Amino acid sequence: MQGKGRAVCLPADIDTDIIIAGRYLRTKDRSIWAEHVFEDLDPSLGKNLKGAVIVAGKNFGCGSSREQAAIALKEAGVIAVVAPSFARIFFRNAINIGLPLIEADVTCTNGRQIAFDLSAGWIDTGTGKRKVARLSLHMLAILRAGGLVAYWKVKQ
Amino acid sequence: MGTLSERILGAPAGAYVDRAVNRAFVHDGTGVLTLESYRQMGAKGLFDPSRIHVIFDHIVPANNSTTATLHHELREFAVGSFLNFSDIGGGICHQCMSEGLVLPGEVVVGADSHSCTLGAFGAFATGVGATDMAAIWLTGETWFRVPETIGIRLSGRLSGAAEAKDIALSVVGRLGMDGATYKALEFIGDGTATLSMDDRLTICNLAVETGAKTGMFYADRITLSYLAGYGLTAEEQTSERPVYEQEIEIELDDIPPVVAIPPRVDSIRAVHDLTGLALDQVFVGTCTNGRYSDLSRFARIVRGKKVAIRTIIVPASRSVLAEAIRTGVLADLVAAGCTIGTPGCGPCLGAHMGVLGEGEVCLSTANRNFRNRMGVGGEIYIGSVATAAASALEGEITEPEAPDAG
Repeated sequence: MQGKGRAVCLPADIDTDIIIAGRYLRTKDRSIWAEHVFEDLDPSLGKNLKGAVIVAGKNFGCGSSREQAAIALKEAGVIAVVAPSFARIFFRNAINIGLPLIEADVTCTNGRQIAFDLSAGWIDTGTGKRKVARLSLHMLAILRAGGLVAYWKVKQ
Repeated sequence: MGTLSERILGAPAGAYVDRAVNRAFVHDGTGVLTLESYRQMGAKGLFDPSRIHVIFDHIVPANNSTTATLHHELREFAVGSFLNFSDIGGGICHQCMSEGLVLPGEVVVGADSHSCTLGAFGAFATGVGATDMAAIWLTGETWFRVPETIGIRLSGRLSGAAEAKDIALSVVGRLGMDGATYKALEFIGDGTATLSMDDRLTICNLAVETGAKTGMFYADRITLSYLAGYGLTAEEQTSERPVYEQEIEIELDDIPPVVAIPPRVDSIRAVHDLTGLALDQVFVGTCTNGRYSDLSRFARIVRGKKVAIRTIIVPASRSVLAEAIRTGVLADLVAAGCTIGTPGCGPCLGAHMGVLGEGEVCLSTANRNFRNRMGVGGEIYIGSVATAAASALEGEITEPEAPDAG
């Protein structure tokens, strides 16, 4: 499972309130979440996420269990998120909706091309391939299916 | 020789396991997406409706017709599918579950991050997102990575005006917002025997603010006596003296009343250092501090006096509200000028019923002070019930007095 995109750098401890504010949650219209993603951090950021690989500091996605945070990123066009660590509920949510995550501590330069391979377990930020921890086989299977909904649809 | 998590999940730390879930719950916030994912899975049926709870607490009653329509759809499904359903005003999911629905040793999963609250019973209780929950509705089980455990050894007993919330905040301050990511916390030591079930629920509630999967107390005589009040029997859990990945010592006598300053739950300062900081609102309630003992403690401090600023009190459940009515606590709160909200989450997540305006400052007994959480441009200081009561009377952050000093 390979992918590549343009780096968008973010700090540590990005919480799910900052990804998508509570005031936008009461809807089933996913485009609303994409439209308001990161609004309280930087209102212009959301429009810059198509084809982006977010590279953040530790503890990305902490706070609320709102799956809308992971969905907002995916709907806005984020290809993957790279961080030294993720909050555990966000981690599960992202995999479940088919948004790849890579646990790695990498230096980020905005706009630089980032390539990765989830199955092989490497990331390349422009300085050559670097080994990263691989997702569990179960999580890879969910991602390959396109998320947990599709995974169970097939499995039933 | 295992930790509670290892014993309940039946595997050593680091292992991936599939485990049956004893109780699964969603609220109106996560339930809508859960139902959508469940339907998209092409599900042929629920695994076991009797284990599934749908509890409306996040925006209750509905604040507008969009919310009302989403509520309607989920309500119809819950009632039509014979799920355990608690409509508006029943209370916050974690509180409702704590009222006789969770037993020591069970696996409890909620579609809400604060589901770790129920670890107070010696259950493995943790939060998941909506689609994970949809798969649990379908199969009755889910996967876990058995967590490593950090032992938090509590010794002595609280003194002065400090309360369980101050312990919880001090733990978050010590570990930091990601100090326990992917791990479990076990609260141990002789200090645990001085803490009531309400205290333990408050402490476990904040475990997720350190990134932890769950926070747990061993079920003891206090747990059993609480459960007996709901007609339930259980057995005590004794520690097998496991080896913890890390052990932290906390001397309860040394803990002063503290607050978390915005926008981080791990920025802990003594209330004493912030005395005089002007407030616009005080909010008492939530899954952290909306229980009867909290309302009663607040009432004892404000009884016969008047609050100086708008003060919103939201009981955590209908049972809490009923008890506050029965004992006269509610009359004291109203007489002191407090505003009472519908049992539920209230303004904690900034959806309604006490949202902050630009530049406003709130002292809240909740668990999160993230930027803009209770309203764009508003700031949240997190503190104990006693600190909230003392501050409500003065209109500024005020150090509470020790209970017997007043």
